Amino acid sequence: MSDVGLRMEHVYKKFRKGEVYNSLRDLVPALTGRMFRGLELDARDKREFWALQDISFEVKHGESLGIIGHNGAGKSTALKILSRIMKPTKGRMIVNGRLSALIEVTAGFHPDLTGMENIFLHGTILGMTKREISSKLDQIIAFSGIEEFIDTPVKRYSSGMYARLGFSVAAHVDPEVLVVDEVLSVGDYVFQQRCMERIRSVIEGGTTVLFVSHNLKSVTEICKRAMLLDHGKVVTIDETDTVIRKYLSAGSTKAIPEANKPVHISNVRIRDRAGEQTTFESGQTAWVDIEVTAREALDKLSVVIWFADETQYIIFDTSTERLGYQPFSLQPGGTYRCSFELTLNAAHGTFHLCTAVHRYDIQKTYDKREPAATIFIGSTMAVRGSVNCFPKLVESSITVSANQPCEV
Amino acid sequence: MNDELQELYRYRELLYMITYRDIKVRYKQSIMGFFWAILMPILIVMSGVVVRYAYSMVAHAPLKTADIASVAIKSVPWAFIVSSIRFTCNSLTGNRDLVVKIYFPKEIFPMAAVLACLFDFFVAAGALMVLLVFLKIGVSIYLLWVPILLATMVIFCVGVGMILAAASLFFRDVKYIVEVLLTFGIFFTPVFYDVRMFGDRGKWLMLNPVAPLLDGLSTAIAHHQSPDVYWFMYSLVFSLAAFLGGFVLFKHLEPVFAESI
Repeated sequence: MSDVGLRMEHVYKKFRKGEVYNSLRDLVPALTGRMFRGLELDARDKREFWALQDISFEVKHGESLGIIGHNGAGKSTALKILSRIMKPTKGRMIVNGRLSALIEVTAGFHPDLTGMENIFLHGTILGMTKREISSKLDQIIAFSGIEEFIDTPVKRYSSGMYARLGFSVAAHVDPEVLVVDEVLSVGDYVFQQRCMERIRSVIEGGTTVLFVSHNLKSVTEICKRAMLLDHGKVVTIDETDTVIRKYLSAGSTKAIPEANKPVHISNVRIRDRAGEQTTFESGQTAWVDIEVTAREALDKLSVVIWFADETQYIIFDTSTERLGYQPFSLQPGGTYRCSFELTLNAAHGTFHLCTAVHRYDIQKTYDKREPAATIFIGSTMAVRGSVNCFPKLVESSITVSANQPCEV
Repeated sequence: MNDELQELYRYRELLYMITYRDIKVRYKQSIMGFFWAILMPILIVMSGVVVRYAYSMVAHAPLKTADIASVAIKSVPWAFIVSSIRFTCNSLTGNRDLVVKIYFPKEIFPMAAVLACLFDFFVAAGALMVLLVFLKIGVSIYLLWVPILLATMVIFCVGVGMILAAASLFFRDVKYIVEVLLTFGIFFTPVFYDVRMFGDRGKWLMLNPVAPLLDGLSTAIAHHQSPDVYWFMYSLVFSLAAFLGGFVLFKHLEPVFAESI
């Protein structure tokens, strides 16, 4: 076997948008109409769009590649083509070995069957043999953590249990190529950690992995290399951190939504000493400039800023008022500006900067931008988590008690 | 084509699992359970007996037990054909999640739908056997025709089923058209009547590929005679053509299922 796990060569995929005839009732009149009038052919071309254009990449055996990009960039289409659910319009792809897709982990479930029956059903759908499932049954059930309810129809399960069982089955397929698409958004924190653990161990076991996620942090944890897609084209394939930097810097210039609000946040900028920036080093100083414009006269306003991590958890939160500044008032057409100086003691990962205009005494939020910007913080891989406490190892020693025999 | 058949063979366990699922779910959902499998055949047999009784009144001939047996023998497989076609029609659209998200040979769905209906058929056939014993219909060597005729019927249903499953994926109103055809199909198929009642013109009714099979079953079981071999060949060729044509068409369209459903 060659060392290529999977490869795409100049893959194109075309979709038709707009109205498609999905009933004979519509099709027959349309066809007869076309026969008599003659439909212009170029009208048809306009309804087509390319979801993927000239995608070429290669993942070596045992390597993992992350795919990132905005919604509609073509990530899912690429995965569907790789897992052979869709056929490329043009181009070629090679997959070496059994491919398993963690695209929708509960797709094979039937609500009326019990957990046990669904393990067998879903397992077979994912390409396992009955014997294989039987031999792994205990592992699958243990991994899902729902032994008690295994003989209950899955329609009585909570959505978390449902997803957990689905992932457990899918995670035990032992493929040569694993394709993962946004499955980690299910289950509680502990289960998500277990999923990540499982994917990591699959990679260590020599499986080729293709990982699609909006959770950039998981991508950095799992993949050494990543590919950035935009509007169906490959922007870059490189080291994951480099790709994420590129992704974030491309996305920072967002149009400001024009709203009929009495006051709105007209500009948000995060910068370092040199100017606007989206990637920082852990511990670096950053400035956040905010501009608020009013349409109506308003009193007692404050500006709130906070950072959220990728699970939307707020890791940091402050406001002008809490920093000791009196609430401000604005006249119609008036603009308020402020700058925060922040020390970014965050660990490796991506964080969303959010901001709001708030009036504390009546607890009213006039405008909110979630997120106003997304930044990437790089640090050594020695620290993980949300914050960087800048650890230093100052002592490390082993003491052997005299009366305890010790084998080395 | 060869590759595709080999792939289907590799996925045979999945065919078994999906069939099992379809059966299990159907029997779990209805409290009536097995009664469900014989409900439709019973209704068809009863209406057949009513129709046959009316014929005998008009013809001033007594209603023979062989006639009742013949109606019953043809009704049960007819119920199988109707439910197979109905279920295959929805077999892809009813499994949208699997069609869109996971790769495997999708002809498994119409095939499993037919097999699940075949299970119902065997349940009903058990009840039919009791009835036939009660009517004192004996056994004969011609019963060897029965598995051959049934196999042809299954091939026919799978073939037509693959075409209809794919068609209703692309055109949502196909199932309504099929429903109408199935409702009135019984008038064009010798279930309640016998093609011989039409004399020479009966052969036009035999052009319905299902007719020689149903007629053959009734001839072999109730009348202890060999079915008409030429008409059987006609049905067999038709069924094989439907199967192969359906398979090729299905495989040709399969790559665009996920984006068209």
